[in-house]
Amino acid sequence: MSSLAQRVGEQGEPAPVLPRLLDGAPGAPVSLAAHLERHGPLPEIARDHGQETLLRELEASGLTGRGGAGFPAATKLRAVARGHAPVVVANGTEGEPASAKDKTLIACNPHLVVDGAVAAAYAVGSREAILAVGRADRRSQARLEHALGERAHLHEPVELRVVAAPDRFVSGEESALVHWLNGGPAKPTTRPPRSFERGVRGRPTLVQNVETLANIALIARRGAAWFRTAGTAAEPGTALVTVRGAVRAPGVAEVELGPPLRDVLHRFGGLTSLPRALLVGGYFGTWIDAREALELPLTEAALGAHGAALGARTIVVLPQDRCGLVETARVARYLAAESAGQCGSCLFGLAAIAAAVQSIATGAADAPHAHERLHRLAAQVAGRGACAHPTGATRFVESALRVFADEAARHLRGRCCTESRRPLLPAPTGGPREWR
Amino acid sequence: MGSLTAAPVWYLMRGSGVVTLLLLTAVVMLGVATTSRWRPGRLPRFVTLGLHRSISLLAVVFLAVHIVAALADPYAQVRVLQVVLPLPLGPYPLWLGLGALSLDFLVAVIVTSLLRHRLGRRTWKSVHWLAYASWPLAFAHGLGMGSDARTAWFLALASASLAAVVLAAAWRLLGSRREHDKYLGAPLESGGTA
Amino acid sequence: MANVLRVDPIACDGYGQCAELLPELIDLDEWGYPIVSGTSLRPELEPAARRAVTMCPRLALTVVDVR
Repeated sequence: MSSLAQRVGEQGEPAPVLPRLLDGAPGAPVSLAAHLERHGPLPEIARDHGQETLLRELEASGLTGRGGAGFPAATKLRAVARGHAPVVVANGTEGEPASAKDKTLIACNPHLVVDGAVAAAYAVGSREAILAVGRADRRSQARLEHALGERAHLHEPVELRVVAAPDRFVSGEESALVHWLNGGPAKPTTRPPRSFERGVRGRPTLVQNVETLANIALIARRGAAWFRTAGTAAEPGTALVTVRGAVRAPGVAEVELGPPLRDVLHRFGGLTSLPRALLVGGYFGTWIDAREALELPLTEAALGAHGAALGARTIVVLPQDRCGLVETARVARYLAAESAGQCGSCLFGLAAIAAAVQSIATGAADAPHAHERLHRLAAQVAGRGACAHPTGATRFVESALRVFADEAARHLRGRCCTESRRPLLPAPTGGPREWR
Repeated sequence: MGSLTAAPVWYLMRGSGVVTLLLLTAVVMLGVATTSRWRPGRLPRFVTLGLHRSISLLAVVFLAVHIVAALADPYAQVRVLQVVLPLPLGPYPLWLGLGALSLDFLVAVIVTSLLRHRLGRRTWKSVHWLAYASWPLAFAHGLGMGSDARTAWFLALASASLAAVVLAAAWRLLGSRREHDKYLGAPLESGGTA
Repeated sequence: MANVLRVDPIACDGYGQCAELLPELIDLDEWGYPIVSGTSLRPELEPAARRAVTMCPRLALTVVDVR
């Protein structure tokens, strides 16, 4: 059954599954009037009884977080709802440079995101929702501020405000964002306590990705059964995915999970050429050889069986004329520079790993030793930080060594494998290096 | 002053005071050595910290003797309250008052250190900086009190102690500016893990 | 009830005293930071573990009860 095709509605007419979230266009966001016309008003969820109903719908829907961790949303909301005077934080910071899905969602459909924050606030009993975006992301700030202006007359019982967090890679991490909101640097903190126990101003805090919240806004109106008409039974709903590289129409699209990657890439205009490999899951993701990757179903389960994950829902298609090792080396340097510098094994380990990958990518004199060194380093670095940064970066580098073993051998013999040196993976190093 | 030979309790007070100052000098140096990860030869690092703690407790013992002797000495005329509070009483109100302040800070440092795990690192650390206030006050107290402060041996000891603490404090202040947030130690002889 | 050693990597500043006091369970990586074994604390190692926890200048080492 092609889940990308249309489904048959009650009257026997085809009812399109998509789009759910990506209404409107980045240049022409959905206005409040249009939004209310399409979806109707957000039901005012009364306390206690209404809360429990919504939480149960979320549980039944099987909605999982779309921010990278994939944690069941209902479980998170329930944990926060248990606390006193909780706070909701909508995470639209999108620190992953290759990913653009959150920015696109906010640009196209800001009211759905705000609805989601409000619905989540109802569900956990909060009267305060903070919408966090990246400092350089002026468009998202503007869209959300404008949307709040449009909604002012609704007099929603939730206080809403937009904040602009530092643009560091780790600043979107849950505890880092909370740390910054509490007046500290946007660096991860030691857990326990977790944010759902003690977060913003010491209160139970729900930090949820904007795409997840947008889904909550829809489930609050239409219920769990409707939500499950998309996607698979195990992984219901739609997913916003960013695709870059050797496709005809790179960008962001809303897809259903389930079909193999080859079919998903059709939504992006299809492949321009036969690729060398795919990077699945962003910079904490894994490289997979193209022949394997294209046949893999885009689901957490299928990717997991291959040692990969959806992660930041970003896929980069590496063409044959680019060198995967050179790309990896550049990103490894970036990830090392983006360490918060709080944990010795991350700060020093990622720098050493980046240097070793650089040796291999350039075929330097110490390249033969660099391989063995990398494996030793990886064992010392992964899992020993306060957050996932060193673990994710290590996994990314190790996958590159596996997939690009042939290139590494050729580099050792002094032969570069590709013609193009144009960078593919973005590694922004020119921006402000601030943490506050 | 009456007799030509001073009472034994005066010698005890003076002697234990000097020893306390020397021990506290060692404590400050060992504290700075710990922070700078100084290793005495092939000895393990915990020796430095262990000595810092042990000698500070030894200093407290000598300090207690010093205070009791001072209270017992009829010529010193120290009121009990003056041990902890600077008061305008007796023949040496200023120098005694400095000693009282020094004691207050030292007690705060030691008590918070003993309760470190319960207070948390930030509280403990902020109070610990008072040690750099306590030592100069103790030093001034030692110089200002008593008639043997002009003797050669005392001045020699005092100068040496002052020099040691000034050097240690300078080392601490200069060393605290590091390239990284984190400390990168010297590579170990016996390597890391496989 | 099982006691396990845990190091807070943010508080830890690579003093290395823990590895000297408890080499059976704590090793140091090449930058001087502790690699703590996650295995349960054997009763005969408890005194050394308590000492390592007390002596850490950054209060980074703790013993936690994992069930």
